[in-house]
Amino acid sequence: MAEYKWPDAEKRQYIGKRISRIDGPDKVSGRAKYSYDINRPGMLFGKILRSPHAHAKVVSIDTSVAEKMPGVKTVKVINGPGYELQWAGQEIVALAAETESQAEDAVRAIKVQYEKLPHFVNEADRSKAPESYLRKPNENATGDVSKGFAEADVTVEGFYGNDVITHCCLEAHGLVTEWADDKNVLIHPSTQSVSPIGPELARALEMPASSVRVKMDHIGGGFGSKFPIDIWGIEMTKASKQAGGKPIKYFLDRDAELAVAGTRPSLYAKVKVAAKKDGTITAWESDAWGSGGMGNINGPLPYVFSRIPNTKTKHQTVATNVGPQRAWRAPNHPQLALVTMSAMEDLAAKLNMDPLDFFLKNIELTGARAVTYKDELMKAAEMIDWKKTWRPRGEGGLGSTKTVKRGLGLSIHTWQGGPHNSDCDIIINPDGTAEIRIGTQDLGVGVRTVLNIVVAETFGIPLDWVKVSIGDNRYPVSGGSGGSTTTGGISSSSRRGSVDALNLLFEKVAPTLGTAADKLEAVGGKIQVIGDPTKSMPWKQACAKIGVQPLVARGKHPGQGTLASAGVGGCQMADVSVDIETGIVKMNKFVAVQDCGLVMDLKTAESQVFGAMIMGVTYALYEEKIMDDHSGRMLNGNMEFYKLAGLRDIGEFKVHMMTGPGYDERGPIGLGEPPTNSPGAAISNAVANAIGVRVPTIPLTPDRVLAALSQAGAKKEGRG
Amino acid sequence: MSKSDERPDQPGNDPAVSRRSFLKGSGLALSIPLLAGETVEAKAAAEPAVPILGPNKVDITLTINGKPVKASVEPRVTLLDCLRNDLDTTGAKRVCDRGTCGACTMQMDGKPVYSCTVLAIEAQGHKITTVESLAVGDKLHPVQQAFWDNDAQQCGFCTPGFVMACKSLLDKHPTPNDEQMRLGLGGNLCRCGTYQGIKAAVAQASAGVKAMKGGKRNG
Repeated sequence: MAEYKWPDAEKRQYIGKRISRIDGPDKVSGRAKYSYDINRPGMLFGKILRSPHAHAKVVSIDTSVAEKMPGVKTVKVINGPGYELQWAGQEIVALAAETESQAEDAVRAIKVQYEKLPHFVNEADRSKAPESYLRKPNENATGDVSKGFAEADVTVEGFYGNDVITHCCLEAHGLVTEWADDKNVLIHPSTQSVSPIGPELARALEMPASSVRVKMDHIGGGFGSKFPIDIWGIEMTKASKQAGGKPIKYFLDRDAELAVAGTRPSLYAKVKVAAKKDGTITAWESDAWGSGGMGNINGPLPYVFSRIPNTKTKHQTVATNVGPQRAWRAPNHPQLALVTMSAMEDLAAKLNMDPLDFFLKNIELTGARAVTYKDELMKAAEMIDWKKTWRPRGEGGLGSTKTVKRGLGLSIHTWQGGPHNSDCDIIINPDGTAEIRIGTQDLGVGVRTVLNIVVAETFGIPLDWVKVSIGDNRYPVSGGSGGSTTTGGISSSSRRGSVDALNLLFEKVAPTLGTAADKLEAVGGKIQVIGDPTKSMPWKQACAKIGVQPLVARGKHPGQGTLASAGVGGCQMADVSVDIETGIVKMNKFVAVQDCGLVMDLKTAESQVFGAMIMGVTYALYEEKIMDDHSGRMLNGNMEFYKLAGLRDIGEFKVHMMTGPGYDERGPIGLGEPPTNSPGAAISNAVANAIGVRVPTIPLTPDRVLAALSQAGAKKEGRG
Repeated sequence: MSKSDERPDQPGNDPAVSRRSFLKGSGLALSIPLLAGETVEAKAAAEPAVPILGPNKVDITLTINGKPVKASVEPRVTLLDCLRNDLDTTGAKRVCDRGTCGACTMQMDGKPVYSCTVLAIEAQGHKITTVESLAVGDKLHPVQQAFWDNDAQQCGFCTPGFVMACKSLLDKHPTPNDEQMRLGLGGNLCRCGTYQGIKAAVAQASAGVKAMKGGKRNG
């Protein structure tokens, strides 16, 4: 029986090294074909008429003019008269035409009558929500919260909030769909879910799952929003059939992408937290609410500091007439981190304690990962020179001027990131080339490269002798890329499959080398007797022993041997400057310390953390889905006013990956999500430290910074 | 040095009509008859200030990466959409479609443009350079090599636009300072967060311009 484990550190040729991603040349040259780039002969362009109202009943629809317009091939009502629309942007009519312009013209020619109904789109002020929009709260308690507060010397009360944001994937949601014949569909979707999305479409179309072929080479961002086939995927596939099976390209226009393709739910909370003079936290009480649409949001508070002895929490979902929520890179964690870490920093400030000392004092309240957090906090403090730079809140950090104040802030976070189920086929060809086939997708994290590394490492051969084939639902089934589960799942299955394939090869070679298969190893492009390079055979020569038919082994996760695990911690510290006359926050420096078990590729792992931090700066300072109370529509459904950070907004970034003993033996753990949890909290804390007052809600836009300063000034002067 | 010749949102000082100026012009033309009545309308029709094209498709010839290419497009079609939909040249991406994100950056007569703000008909007579022209076979352009070496990409959807913006920046400023980088690359957005890698790529490509040394792929 093969022993499934990762090679020891001194024997690793590729694992943990800095390997450039194998699809890099395709991406930098424009050769990489995303689904949005697929052009098929005779292809039509789909468009969808969307609701202009946040809440309305469809009274009548007249598509007669549109149907007769030049180039229009199909027109189909999705939600007809009597249908109650729940958000602006909801689908009403789908059509397809020969050119995109013709399709746009036809959409404009459709006449719809609506009966407008009352809507509610801004939940930050819960008191304005209609009664029917308020869901029953979840309430939990541990210990005796009254006793906890009574024991404390210092108590702070605060309000903290995160507004709704969207995913803003650069490749919009959509697909190219066509009927290969009257029973079989071929789709090129932009999806995080190559294996599961075919059966989902088949179910919707009431056809056999085996009739849907899914192909996708590259995806231009997903961040949690691209799992389902979506109503447009279903309707455009139906439209393709109506058009005689012709391919239809449908991708959301930017305004629709921002309005309906997913939101990150908001979270607002009133928090009361208390501690003894020495910093020991005694009690936590919170009343939280939030929404991302018509769904629910739940999440445990307090975040990470889960062992506070006395807690009382309430959480209420508030429905809104906004497009539906979807998983957004680490669902709920960034919001929960902001609320918790902000309250902790406020408490430290009131105690006149350095928050670093305060966090360390209470680190045992984080539970099993307390030692990891401690190590990470110490490392991050060293990277940002915390002790030298930090000053008590409102005193202005090192280098502050009369109008520009500097501050430091920190946060810690967690994420599970366990491996998902995954199957793969490992193929060794008689010519010495190898291939892995797996129904996974590369969201941009370097999945192809990780698979390449695992197979080449196991076989002891150059990276470019291995072909990586992904993005096809005809390959063995692997999970969707969500929850940071992919790297763990695919590394684990590809290692098992590679080990099994290698053992099959050893069986073929052993007689020639005069030994038993279990006495062989693959090292440096050769198969040799373990520890004896004199009894060896070059890899290619060994593969010639296979015969004419390739060797194939199926790798699976879960399976034998502990190759991947779950659960990571991380720490981030931000150094900001705030101009108190303009309210503009500028990043000076931002550091992250992160563990993810066994790092497969240090270069792409660091990129993941840098990327999460940059995305974090964006949601902390700029991003906001602004909904208009009056019309119920999104006001900034474009990239001019839905702001993302640019290259010059990020300041100096540093990343340190925790590796080596204590980390490596846990096997790979997903990394995409954890480092995106802390930025909002760390940056908000840094701003509070700089200007002396808490800006309660992120994004920390200039108007909010100035409002917080103004309110604090008014209070000081006795006007508030 | 003016900002207009650095920012990739307009075709430089060239008189070529952008979509923005086209729309502005259309609005003015429409307003004249409404204000002045039929006499002016008739005069305008008799003596058009600009040639009237469309609304149906017109045949055009574009010079893409040094080669003349024919297409038939409605006058309202952008250069970006013409390349992507009619000529299957899809390296440049459509993201914001209104001159904000830079994913569709190309060069027009050597200067960076957002190709979603240029009409295909107005790109005639100009030299259009797309990302597809940079790599020769397996040999990457130094800017592309620098992007690869420094992992200045994740999902990669913004990457071709960034590569073109970066090439344009280095064409003009081989060793750009911070302000030049801000102007040259500040008009491109990435959602995955690859700016750290892009900054490193600019540094490598910039050094490479001077030293003409190959990049280090792994290490």
